[in-house]
Amino acid sequence: MNEHQQTLFEFMGQQADKLAVQTLQHIGLTFISLFIAALIGLPLGIFITRKVKLSGPVLGVAGILQTIPSIALLGFMIPVLGIGAKPAIVALLLYALLPIIRNTYTGITGVDAAVKEAAVAMGMNKWQVLFKVELPLAMPVILAGIRTATVINVGVATLASYIAAGGLGEFIFGGISLNNTNMILAGAIPAALLAIIFDFLLSRVQKLNFKKIKKTTYAMPVLLVLLSSFYFIPSAYGGRLTAGFTPEFMGRQDGNLGLESKYGLKIHTIVISDAVMYKAAFEKQLDVISGYSTDGRLKAYDLVVLDDDKRIFPPYYAAPIIREESLKKYPGLEKTLNLLSGKINDSVMTDLNYRTDYLHQTPERVAKDFLVANKLFKPSREGSTGIIRIGSKIFGEQYILANMYSMLIKGNTNYDVSTKTGLGGTKICFDALTNDQIDFYPEYTGTGLLAILQASPKTVNEVTKSKDSTYNYVQQEFEKRYQVKWLKPIGFNNAYALMMRKEQAKRLNIKTISNLKRYLNSK
Amino acid sequence: MIKVDGISKQFGKVKAVDAISFEVQEQENMILLGTSGCGKTTTLKMINRLIEPSGGKIFINKKNILDQPPEILRRGIGYVLQNNGLFPHYTVAENIALVPQLLKWDKKKTEGRTAELMEKLHLDKSYLHVYPNELSGGQQQRIGLARALVSDPPVLLMDEPFGALDNVTRSNIHKEFKALDELKRKTIIMVTHDVQEAFELGDRICLMDKGRIIQSGTPAELLFSPANKFVEDFLKDQRLQLEFKAVKLVDVWELLPNPPKKAKTPALPAGTDLWTALESFKFGKAETVNIQKDDEVKAATFEELMAAFYQYKNKQGHE
Repeated sequence: MNEHQQTLFEFMGQQADKLAVQTLQHIGLTFISLFIAALIGLPLGIFITRKVKLSGPVLGVAGILQTIPSIALLGFMIPVLGIGAKPAIVALLLYALLPIIRNTYTGITGVDAAVKEAAVAMGMNKWQVLFKVELPLAMPVILAGIRTATVINVGVATLASYIAAGGLGEFIFGGISLNNTNMILAGAIPAALLAIIFDFLLSRVQKLNFKKIKKTTYAMPVLLVLLSSFYFIPSAYGGRLTAGFTPEFMGRQDGNLGLESKYGLKIHTIVISDAVMYKAAFEKQLDVISGYSTDGRLKAYDLVVLDDDKRIFPPYYAAPIIREESLKKYPGLEKTLNLLSGKINDSVMTDLNYRTDYLHQTPERVAKDFLVANKLFKPSREGSTGIIRIGSKIFGEQYILANMYSMLIKGNTNYDVSTKTGLGGTKICFDALTNDQIDFYPEYTGTGLLAILQASPKTVNEVTKSKDSTYNYVQQEFEKRYQVKWLKPIGFNNAYALMMRKEQAKRLNIKTISNLKRYLNSK
Repeated sequence: MIKVDGISKQFGKVKAVDAISFEVQEQENMILLGTSGCGKTTTLKMINRLIEPSGGKIFINKKNILDQPPEILRRGIGYVLQNNGLFPHYTVAENIALVPQLLKWDKKKTEGRTAELMEKLHLDKSYLHVYPNELSGGQQQRIGLARALVSDPPVLLMDEPFGALDNVTRSNIHKEFKALDELKRKTIIMVTHDVQEAFELGDRICLMDKGRIIQSGTPAELLFSPANKFVEDFLKDQRLQLEFKAVKLVDVWELLPNPPKKAKTPALPAGTDLWTALESFKFGKAETVNIQKDDEVKAATFEELMAAFYQYKNKQGHE
């Protein structure tokens, strides 16, 4: 993929099946929720024209629902409805309610009083007045409400991919996390087109004259049901186990693509955001997920990592990387930093992460407790012969490591420390290092190889065969190119990993990814 | 035919209608006259239960109107609204067919009746398939009338039916209204604030104020024997014209000097009001109009008619 710049059309052509599925899902999600919203909103709107005292509270509540940020609303849904289509549809229909209720109410109350009086005086009963007079005359206004709701839903439905409900959001958010513009556009352009097309079509319906509206009123529900059914067509296939992968994992060679090509793993897969994936696995909504091997949630949700026996996930061993200048300037620093080497393995790191992420202990406390328990902690010498600048990326594990190094330096040397934590992603951290803004920070071998050195696929293939060859390669290259030295690895490997619930993996006797594949192929 | 017995309507603290009673005879045209807010429209709407009275009873053909479901009651009472209230999403034909549809008439019967009414109301058949907003105000009002008449209900309620029309259109419609045979068979209660209209169309008038009936009687009774100063003041404008409209030829028949002859020549019927008779003079030399009462005809000049009118009026004042 790196050989030449792929155009958007090439990408869309290549991903045509996925694009078609996602578009259908998107249309389906939009219209199922719209359909249900209309089923609720129309009667409710009519009801409050009869009980005007209730119109204030009902419109007020619908208005409040509208103001809840979409991501938050999806978040609220998960504990109640889990992940997948259900919470997405409920969230979407809540957004669609306000315009439908409000326009039904406005439309019906706006019907000429003389016409209503005439209808009653001619001897129509209340249902005849409603269906023959009020609804037909309010229809243009009601349709305007449905039109607004449709456009809102097409937009909000992109977020459904966060909770594994599919739709064009899979491409959009996958593209954002992979920094792949073509992928973003392949999702965003069809989504925008859908909004424009539906808006246009509904505007035509709205302008039809009264006569024809009678027919379209009957056609509308049929059309809605038809469009809604799109959602179920692609999801009709099933599987024995369900995997939930992040959008990023889906698009990576050292992710789902590798699983398919190297292991031949075929599993029913849904795309889901990292934020809810672990919990969904815990709640048995998903069986296999893509996570990070030292994530605290591994422990919190009782998950187990499957062994990557064919080595498709490059090793991500953590080690401090330091400017060579700083090593010369601060003698004794290297020895101090290497005190941590080999002390933290995967399960220890997972536990430390668990403490900050789930027990909400501060990184300082977790770092100190660990050093004390391993007899590495010494009280600060209050040194002042120089200031070592420590950097860290913006997540828990890095904070813990930065704090440990800070304590080690203060306790073992006469240097003082300034920490610059939260330096965003890899690029910001590494730029700070090469530009002499910080002296060192903890980095991962895989990141060094793929993100910083941007090694060719061939090289990656060669050097990721073992953790040592990866380490050696990045060490050489960093020294050559940036005059930055990789110190000894801390011990843990925070790599991509497939995980399952411990209990299930044990029951099915799955320990490696190959086991998983065999299990899926059996029967 | 219609008996209103002490009905009242209260909106919150306001008494819109205060224990009023009146009766309308079969085929009579009764006018509820008064300024806006006098309770005349509320009274009218209580008769087809668009408004439910707070007290009192209403009988149509001796049957209490509360004894049947309001929808059924209404299907038997024609109703004409000031702003016609035609359904904008129905064609003219569909608007007229509204009540037949509710009564489940078959299509042929509805079509035949619609065509008949269109002709009687001087509406072109090509209008059947257009929407009301494509028609003029006068045409719309005629469609409204056709809709009310289509099932030939014995009772017709009209709420300021000609109030929204310009003077020329209104006077044309008044003429048609009086000439329409369908209406002659009906018991009509009409609400208006227009005194001229009341005198022109009404057999009897109920003059209302502040929810009460101040006086009820024929136009002549109201004019020549007003119950109080309010009635007198109400009729003060254009009094002479009102008097001409209130007095019928039959009232002055005895006062005309010429001896009656056997009817041969075309003549004005005796029920014609004086105003119409006077209007028919073309002011030629020694011109007369022929007036027919039963099978006798009297000829009268303009001067003779005027003299008879003054004699009649003086007599009324002394009663």
